[in-house]
Amino acid sequence: MLIANSIVARDLTLALRRRSRVLQPLIFTLICVSLFPLALGAEVNMLTRIAPGVFWVIALLSTQLTLENLFQSDYEDGCLEQWMLVPYPLPLLIATKVLAHWLISALPLIFMAPLIGVLLGMSAPVISALMITLLLGTPVLSLVGAIGAALTVTQRRGGVLLSLLVLPLYIPVLIFATTALEQAAAGLSYAPHLYLLGALAMLALTLAPLAAAAALRITLE
Amino acid sequence: MFNALHRLSSPPTFFAFAGRVLPWLMGGALLLITLGVYQGLVVAPPDYQQGDSYRIMFVHVPSAWMSLFIYMVMAGAGVIALVWRIKLAEVIASASAPIGASFTFLTLVTGSLWGKPMWGAWWVWDARLTSELILLFLYLGYMGLESAIPDKRSAARATAILALVGSVNIPIIHFSVEWWNTLHQGATVTKLGAPSIHPSMLLPLLLMAVGFKLFYFASLLVRARCQMLEREQRSSWVSALVKEAI
Repeated sequence: MLIANSIVARDLTLALRRRSRVLQPLIFTLICVSLFPLALGAEVNMLTRIAPGVFWVIALLSTQLTLENLFQSDYEDGCLEQWMLVPYPLPLLIATKVLAHWLISALPLIFMAPLIGVLLGMSAPVISALMITLLLGTPVLSLVGAIGAALTVTQRRGGVLLSLLVLPLYIPVLIFATTALEQAAAGLSYAPHLYLLGALAMLALTLAPLAAAAALRITLE
Repeated sequence: MFNALHRLSSPPTFFAFAGRVLPWLMGGALLLITLGVYQGLVVAPPDYQQGDSYRIMFVHVPSAWMSLFIYMVMAGAGVIALVWRIKLAEVIASASAPIGASFTFLTLVTGSLWGKPMWGAWWVWDARLTSELILLFLYLGYMGLESAIPDKRSAARATAILALVGSVNIPIIHFSVEWWNTLHQGATVTKLGAPSIHPSMLLPLLLMAVGFKLFYFASLLVRARCQMLEREQRSSWVSALVKEAI
């Protein structure tokens, strides 16, 4: 547990020292969201209808952007090689690394969701549903993304390849989250979709660190 | 049985064995596909609703089956490559990927050719079409990752992990997309009980399915032999072969 704490603390400190890295994905999200009304017209009804989908697609893309850095700097300074040697299970180390990544990249996005919801004309219940789906869905994105990041860590320009590997795997999350939001917008219960998202999160939490650990062992050998 | 398999997995034995089996597989594939095309295009009666345009099904459905089957072969070979590090399994997985991607592409093309007269559009965002498209993306990602890693052996093991993650995800993707939207007609052959397809149409379909499968194995062996030679180019059996050929 001690090592988990210290990994998270180290990554958070690093993130705080380089705030621009944390802020850039948020600004990216904000800019992307504001492009949609400009491209599609500012008619409120239409915006309200497409808002959940737009926001979720952008959330996928911005997670995707930050994933490239998940193992990159640790790979460059040789930390990852040390990870292979320490007497702790590698999947555990990866899980804490992903937790730190989630705290840095996804949590701010969740806090920013109400602001974007207002920009796109979402109603209050939809905004709260949006935050819940983000809370359940973004861990899956980070965890599954860690597998892709582990597979591409040795690539110089792995970003495009990473998106090719990971985005198809994100589709179930996207579908369940946006259907939940549609239900919320129609005033129906969206609990079933939340259960499915939760199930996906549990599955990813149990299997993804193992797969990512195996992938890291292969790419670094 | 296990011993025989183990001996077969050694590259020179496999190379010779594949060379001997290849003509039979190719011949069988050609025969069955010709028979199936004749049965499907000439003998089978037109459909009472869809007329003659349903006949594209004899290509579409077998290639859709193949697209999934080949991904499963890749995942299975991936497990073998990861656990026992057998070279043959690595070669089979990597030789299968382009064939699987081609079958997936063929499924999408024939599906959209069929969709134009039936649904009035080349492409609809129907559940099965969409999950087939996602399968194509998975194949492309697999091939992309493979070509990005220069060392063949670690590429094989990295892609094996990707194939495993993909095979866990395929059912999830399939069902999520299914709930999302559906327009495609339901399954008519694999559903429980008697198939709701007339025997005169079922026969060419099965002929084509088996023919496609043989064709897959044949082209897999061609590609695998070629890759085997490339990977083993420094070994003595390859140089012996080359000397013999010269």
